[in-house]
Amino acid sequence: MPKYLLLKHYRGGPEQHRPFPPMDQWAPEDVEAHFAFLTHVGELLEGSGELVDVQALTPAQTWVRYGGPDAAPVTTDGPLPETSDLVAGWYLVDVESRERAVEIAAHISSEPGPGGAPLCEWIDVREVMSHAPADD
Amino acid sequence: MGHADPLDEGALRALVPRVLAALVRRGEDFDSAEDALQEALLEALRVWPEHPPRDPRAWLATVATRRLVDARRSAAARARREEGTSAEPQPVDTEEGDDTLFLLFCCCHPDLAPASQVALTLRAVGGLTTREIADAFFVPEATMAQRISRAKRALAGRRLDQPGDLAVVLRVLYLVYNAGHSGKVDLAAEAIRLARQLTLATAEPEARGLLALMLLNHARRPARLDGEGRIVPLDRQDRGLWDTRRIAEGVRVLQSALAVQRPGRYQIQAAIAALHDDAERAEETDWPQILAWYDDLVALSDDPVRQDPAGVLGRAVAVGHVLGAAAGLRETERLRAVLGERHRWHAVRGHLHELGGDLPAAARAYADAASRATDVAERDHLIRSAARARAAARG
Repeated sequence: MPKYLLLKHYRGGPEQHRPFPPMDQWAPEDVEAHFAFLTHVGELLEGSGELVDVQALTPAQTWVRYGGPDAAPVTTDGPLPETSDLVAGWYLVDVESRERAVEIAAHISSEPGPGGAPLCEWIDVREVMSHAPADD
Repeated sequence: MGHADPLDEGALRALVPRVLAALVRRGEDFDSAEDALQEALLEALRVWPEHPPRDPRAWLATVATRRLVDARRSAAARARREEGTSAEPQPVDTEEGDDTLFLLFCCCHPDLAPASQVALTLRAVGGLTTREIADAFFVPEATMAQRISRAKRALAGRRLDQPGDLAVVLRVLYLVYNAGHSGKVDLAAEAIRLARQLTLATAEPEARGLLALMLLNHARRPARLDGEGRIVPLDRQDRGLWDTRRIAEGVRVLQSALAVQRPGRYQIQAAIAALHDDAERAEETDWPQILAWYDDLVALSDDPVRQDPAGVLGRAVAVGHVLGAAAGLRETERLRAVLGERHRWHAVRGHLHELGGDLPAAARAYADAASRATDVAERDHLIRSAARARAAARG
């Protein structure tokens, strides 16, 4: 079965379908509804036997590269352009098909936002390369 | 009896440090002895449910010794060395009570990195399997196995018969405690068990202070998360859920430590925890006393802002409750350069702003804290706190 990484972003990707403020500015009951939905997604994927991993990332980002022999690593943690991609976290799912991965991503994206309306957040769907070449 | 008794894993694991210490004391090298005992332990977990031994400790020692002899034989055969039996068992003068301490000093050797000290302690003293330790830290078993064998290689050739550094042992146990209880193995409970054993082996009051601190904090654990897994802050916890037996034990242990009149940071932190546990309602918390203990805590460091910023931050909360929110916030300012990028600093400022009635500032501080949080439950809690403060500010 193919594995897909469903990436959530803090920023980047296509233009927001439905712009929304940061979550700390939502009504408390909308925050609760949102968290409850994410718990539901986790349980759903666990229940269907499709969940491999789910993780969240902090927004602090540091870029690192080799600095050369005897030199310290070169790092930069910004400022980066506001439009650059910033991954917020992921679901790693093991599913029957690409269609199923897209279906799950769309379900995640229906998560409730302010006033309970779906956020319609863009989810980045990426297939994970396998380590088992198919017979031919 | 028609069927075997269920295996008492706790009792089995409690034997591990005694058997291991005996092997090492009679001249086996720590690395091989620990490996052999781990194999014996795995075999015990397999065999004992059906065939419980008459003398479990002797069984473990015998199986581990057999493994050691096998390993030595094959090593000797490989090397074709004549002196393959150099580590002939020698008679020993064992003082049983010291086994735990002796092994903790081995595992918490100052040359090892903290992650290695923790892993080795859990295996050699805690009697956990590599798989269990890996699960507790959410890393693959192979990774944990590597970490443990590298740690043991680092110890090879070091003399392990000298008294070690008790302060390092205490720090390692506190690390184990704080690594929490989200995995299959309850590391907090494990740390308490090990600290309890340690207090039997040393009269040092800080060891009892650490045990008391763990007990007094652990007592509040049933109230710390609600049914949905949400964090409940101290001032909103249902105090009826606190474990009064643990609190009573913690207070007893703390008093016996304080009676020695050699205070240290664990005893002081335990005293602060005891004062929180003592309040039947959050409003009854004895903040002046807590502040006095925090004064003692920061006085232990020459430069508290750099050496003990967590202590200074905790003291700022107490200052806020005793002298007012503005005074508490001024105290946090001293830490800006050191802790300004840490979520806890912003969370404390949010709490103090809320205490002072400045809800918009509280909401901003909680949001700043949320964006720096490194734990999902804490991040969610901080976002909730920000949303709640903002909603309250709107009226």
